[in-house]
Amino acid sequence: MKHASKQWFALAVTLGAILALGACSKKAAPPPPPPPPAPPAPTASLSANPSSIQAGQSATLSWQTTNATDVSIDGIGAVQANGSQSVSPTDSTTYHLTAKGTGGSQEATARITVTQLAPPPPPTAAAPTDEDLFSQNIKDVYFDYDKSDIRGDQQSSVLGDVQFLNQHAAISFTVEGHCDERGSTEYNLALGDKRATAVKNALVSAGVGASRIKTISYGKEKPFCSESNEGCWQQNRRGHLVYQK
Amino acid sequence: MHPKWYMSGKHQNEILPSNTYRVTILSYGDPIFRCFSHATMRHSSGPPAPREPRWAVVPELRVLVALVCALVFCSAVPSVVAQDWVKTGTGLGVDKVRLAVADFKPSSSDPQNDALLKTFNDTLWNDLDVSGVVELVSKSFYPLQVPGQPVDVNFPAWSAPPPNAAMLAFGSFGVAGGKLTVQGWLYDVKNTASPQVLGKQYTDTPSDDAARVIAHKFADEIILRLGGGIAGIAESKIYFVSDRSGKKEIWVMDYDGSNQRQLTRLGSISLSPRISPDGSRLAFSSLTKTGWEIMMYSVDLNRLVSFPHMGGTNLSPSWSPDGLKLAFSSSRGGSPEIYIADANGANLRSMTANKGPDVSPIWNRKTGAQIAYVSGVTGLPQVYTMETDGTNQQRMTDQGYAVSPSWAPNGQFLVLAWERKYGPGDPGALDLYLMDIASKQWVQLTHDGGRNDSPSWAPDGRHIVFQSSRSGKEEIWMMLADGTKLRQLTFTGRNTQPNWSWK
Repeated sequence: MKHASKQWFALAVTLGAILALGACSKKAAPPPPPPPPAPPAPTASLSANPSSIQAGQSATLSWQTTNATDVSIDGIGAVQANGSQSVSPTDSTTYHLTAKGTGGSQEATARITVTQLAPPPPPTAAAPTDEDLFSQNIKDVYFDYDKSDIRGDQQSSVLGDVQFLNQHAAISFTVEGHCDERGSTEYNLALGDKRATAVKNALVSAGVGASRIKTISYGKEKPFCSESNEGCWQQNRRGHLVYQK
Repeated sequence: MHPKWYMSGKHQNEILPSNTYRVTILSYGDPIFRCFSHATMRHSSGPPAPREPRWAVVPELRVLVALVCALVFCSAVPSVVAQDWVKTGTGLGVDKVRLAVADFKPSSSDPQNDALLKTFNDTLWNDLDVSGVVELVSKSFYPLQVPGQPVDVNFPAWSAPPPNAAMLAFGSFGVAGGKLTVQGWLYDVKNTASPQVLGKQYTDTPSDDAARVIAHKFADEIILRLGGGIAGIAESKIYFVSDRSGKKEIWVMDYDGSNQRQLTRLGSISLSPRISPDGSRLAFSSLTKTGWEIMMYSVDLNRLVSFPHMGGTNLSPSWSPDGLKLAFSSSRGGSPEIYIADANGANLRSMTANKGPDVSPIWNRKTGAQIAYVSGVTGLPQVYTMETDGTNQQRMTDQGYAVSPSWAPNGQFLVLAWERKYGPGDPGALDLYLMDIASKQWVQLTHDGGRNDSPSWAPDGRHIVFQSSRSGKEEIWMMLADGTKLRQLTFTGRNTQPNWSWK
């Protein structure tokens, strides 16, 4: 028994020596651990194409970023790291992109210059129709009480009408004869007929084609003004020219 | 109150089929106007006279005017008395027949009876009241016991004061077995020996309309006998223009304003309705796509029938009394002139040829040989007459603004709308005047009542229907031809241009 114990002891010492030696040599040259790499700073660029537009037109914003985790453009909000978007600002605008990453943040700007147009002209003025021109240029012809002859102060209206109608030979129209409320319905219709015919005859004799002109009497059936005074009555005693569609 | 101006009447000389009341009855119609004299009528070409204060009505005035009237009538000596405010009257010198109209007695206890009987009694009373030929005795004077049968009549209770009636209308009214039966009598209560003047029985299916029609028929029977043999108008119609549907359309109503209904539905402007003498066709003027044209409506068929379009402005049709021709105003030749055509529109020919607007022709409905019309040839419109061939054109009105003539059934008179004192600042008031055609003398019928226009004679020659703005807006009114008994017939919307049927 004594012999076996000596063998186990020798083995243990040997192994211990080997272990101890091995451990000593490893401690002598430890390689330094490499430092963690510093995070790279993000990059960002923003451009607008075109950079100058007219109001109502649109431009394309394009941006590229690297090393960014959080990209946003003021006024647009969060966006992808790379991308483009169409914008149509109404005023000149500077777009401001912020790219944030672990390595810091980067900003980029792009400006779109908007030039304002003159306000668009009203469509009627842009392309007036015959009907518009007719209502702007034609003047009605007013009459004295119970009269159907064209009085002196109405000649200028007739002349103006003739001038316009001769320049716009395609226009057909109706002359309505109107009367004030006094007197009988039937007589006023006959009088209104005379008034309409008087205006037509004045226009025809000045060169306006008779085939362009219809006449109708409304007597006192369709007054322009419904008060019982001379100012109102004068409004109602007229030859009213109406564009014929 | 307007002062009254009495015109003389004439005793009825014809033999009538009843008794004592004959000698006291006046004949209306033609004779009441026979006594136009210089004392009571103003000649249209005479100088304007100063306005005199209004006169109250006193019995002495009646006698005075009667005397002056008789004097002038017999001697033909013109005695000029300036009177501006006058009122024509129809009972001069002789009182009208005092007629008591007892409410008819119900002869059954049918539940429908009460309402129908009220319609009947109201209609009968109104017909007799507006007839102008009788003086109705107020119901407050009647005895408590009202007769329903001849045996019930207590003669002295009616003939003595307070009712002091000469005549009594009474009867019974009952719905039984789905039939309405009305018995009516007219009794001369001062002639107890032979009192019955009239006895009538009517049956119909019970309805409000039937009650009204029977009342009209019975009233006309009474008026025929008490009114000098001239038929009553209780069954006549009035055609007119109303805007109550939103557009001016042609409407019709009974002469008393009841039963108003719309005839045309053209959705345009329709004016100047004129019923044919036989009542079968209605001519009027309407705004079409091509202008104002004469239109023809069949009353029998309840629809428009064809009438040729003339071109130009065509207005104011008027029937000849034989119903074969139409006169109207047309500007087809350039200026509004009077034309005559056959009733179907054929054979069109112009009657006038002048510069002024000519419009509103109206045939002499007695002779058919003349036409009155309005012309503005001298400026303001005036009323003219001419023969139906266009000759003998005569100006009837001397001044102012004169329109809308209507020829009386007797052929002797025109009623027209006239503003005699037209001038600057004129308010546009029009009044109705009655003109004797032969002498051109006139009397004013309406006073101080807005614009009065479009007169039309009733077939009895006693009544005139017209439009007036006196109530604030244009409505249709009727009156006796002397200007009394004014009555408003329409109240809804604006109603104009009435035209009374020929019978």
